[in-house]
Amino acid sequence: MRRPKRRLVVLGAGTAGTMTVNRLRRRLDPQEWDITVVDRDDLHPYQPGFLFLPFGAYAPDKLTRSRHAQLADGVTFVTGEVHRVDPVERLVTLWDDRMLGYDYLVIASGTEPRPDQTPGMLGSEWRRSIFDFYTLEGTLALAEALPRLDHGRLVVHVTDMPIKCPVAPLEFAFLADAWLRDRGLRDRIELVFVTPLSGAFTRPVAAHRLGSMLEERKILVETDFLVERVDNELKALVSYDGREVPFDLLVTIPLNMGAEYVARSGLGDELNYVPVDPHTLQSSAYPTLFALGDAASVPASKAGSVAHFEVETFVGNFLQLVSGEPMTGRFDGHANCFVESGHGKGLLLDFNYETEPLPGTFPLPLAGPLALLKETRPNHLGKLAFRWIYWNVLLPGRPLPIPTRMSFVGKDRPRADSSTTTVQE
Amino acid sequence: MPTTTLDGHQVRVDDEGFLADPGEWSEELAPVLAAQIGITLTGAHWDAIRFLRDDFRVQGQTATLRRIATVGGIPVKTLFELFPQKPAKKLAYIAGLPKPHGCV
Repeated sequence: MRRPKRRLVVLGAGTAGTMTVNRLRRRLDPQEWDITVVDRDDLHPYQPGFLFLPFGAYAPDKLTRSRHAQLADGVTFVTGEVHRVDPVERLVTLWDDRMLGYDYLVIASGTEPRPDQTPGMLGSEWRRSIFDFYTLEGTLALAEALPRLDHGRLVVHVTDMPIKCPVAPLEFAFLADAWLRDRGLRDRIELVFVTPLSGAFTRPVAAHRLGSMLEERKILVETDFLVERVDNELKALVSYDGREVPFDLLVTIPLNMGAEYVARSGLGDELNYVPVDPHTLQSSAYPTLFALGDAASVPASKAGSVAHFEVETFVGNFLQLVSGEPMTGRFDGHANCFVESGHGKGLLLDFNYETEPLPGTFPLPLAGPLALLKETRPNHLGKLAFRWIYWNVLLPGRPLPIPTRMSFVGKDRPRADSSTTTVQE
Repeated sequence: MPTTTLDGHQVRVDDEGFLADPGEWSEELAPVLAAQIGITLTGAHWDAIRFLRDDFRVQGQTATLRRIATVGGIPVKTLFELFPQKPAKKLAYIAGLPKPHGCV
């Protein structure tokens, strides 16, 4: 008699979940393994495109595709909202009471903007003069509002870290600057970047480089600003230490949080992210549970490239685990991000848990063709080409010529440490 | 790694002056570190410092302000009053812990 099939359930058919099931479907015998992926809808958004939409670079219908159409044959797609996970009984319950038992579970339900977490953000000015661009509805609404702004203050704001795609708010500021210049409006509109961090970015060398790019563009920066509430009458952000930043148009990145079912199931931290080992992505509490992509509480960027490198490590490890061997792959926190800087140029950042973004060339050491931490046209073209790569190479799980582990070759290490901020400031 | 002497205690610090090893911290060191950044410790400061130390022992990383508020029950507003301008950084500095890296 054959033993019963084993069951892998993946929650979330976004970037991480789709890559995971497609890669594993090829490697796990369909006679032995059922693979099921659950999502609340059948719309897979191309999230990197959200940033460009307000500037007219993409038509909205180019931004979404069907989720199930991205899945390999032999993967079962379930549409439904997860109610809770019982990691002891190994059971997922959906809101409509359907139940999915599993042998292994991957939580890949990402992170979402939560404007409801900041008092006043969802007040009378929401989607009138306050917008987000991390959702399709948000970026579409912003695309209508932006052309109406002809004078005053445009404020780009980050509520708190961590956020998905941590460079996107900076890119928005750069693109807005270029867009306003092209329209001859830049002199009439003050552009302000408001951040809870002490500089433009989280890591010193990149923060310094990106900080001077803001300065060159005369974008004002308000640092160490943790918003307490949004005052709809004053049309101002108010910080915990009483500072006010008035706006005519506010583009905010609301607090990002993981899915609510993670909290209901007692599996999350204070932001509903799942604590996992940063090198194996395995839950510290339940060995049959993993979290990949934005849903994981690891000190890496919440970004598609990170999800990609995590999935590569995870797939190898998972095959070892289910055949009773020790997992030998170790994820190193590798991220690489294109940063649009406006007027057809871009930068590229490459970093991991231990090493901050450094100047150099990528992906081929010394040859490039892409330059790290430097504005060039090939970097911008790389970002544009990425949409094709995303649908046709990344999601289907085909190999991409980028090493999973970060490389030092071709990078210039700074001689002395260039960190600039201290607590004594 | 530079070494420095604080009130007779020899400790290793990183380039920003944070203790390199949380194990070299002691309760006697906290007021000395606080004085370096112009803070005089009260009972309310100590509540935050003790939460941060206890949480670090379990979690292995420095709690963010949001975690101190939601798990530790000390409102963010209060943290800004106790440790003005840069509460997360100042609190970690006094508690002898690494800077919180909710920020990557």
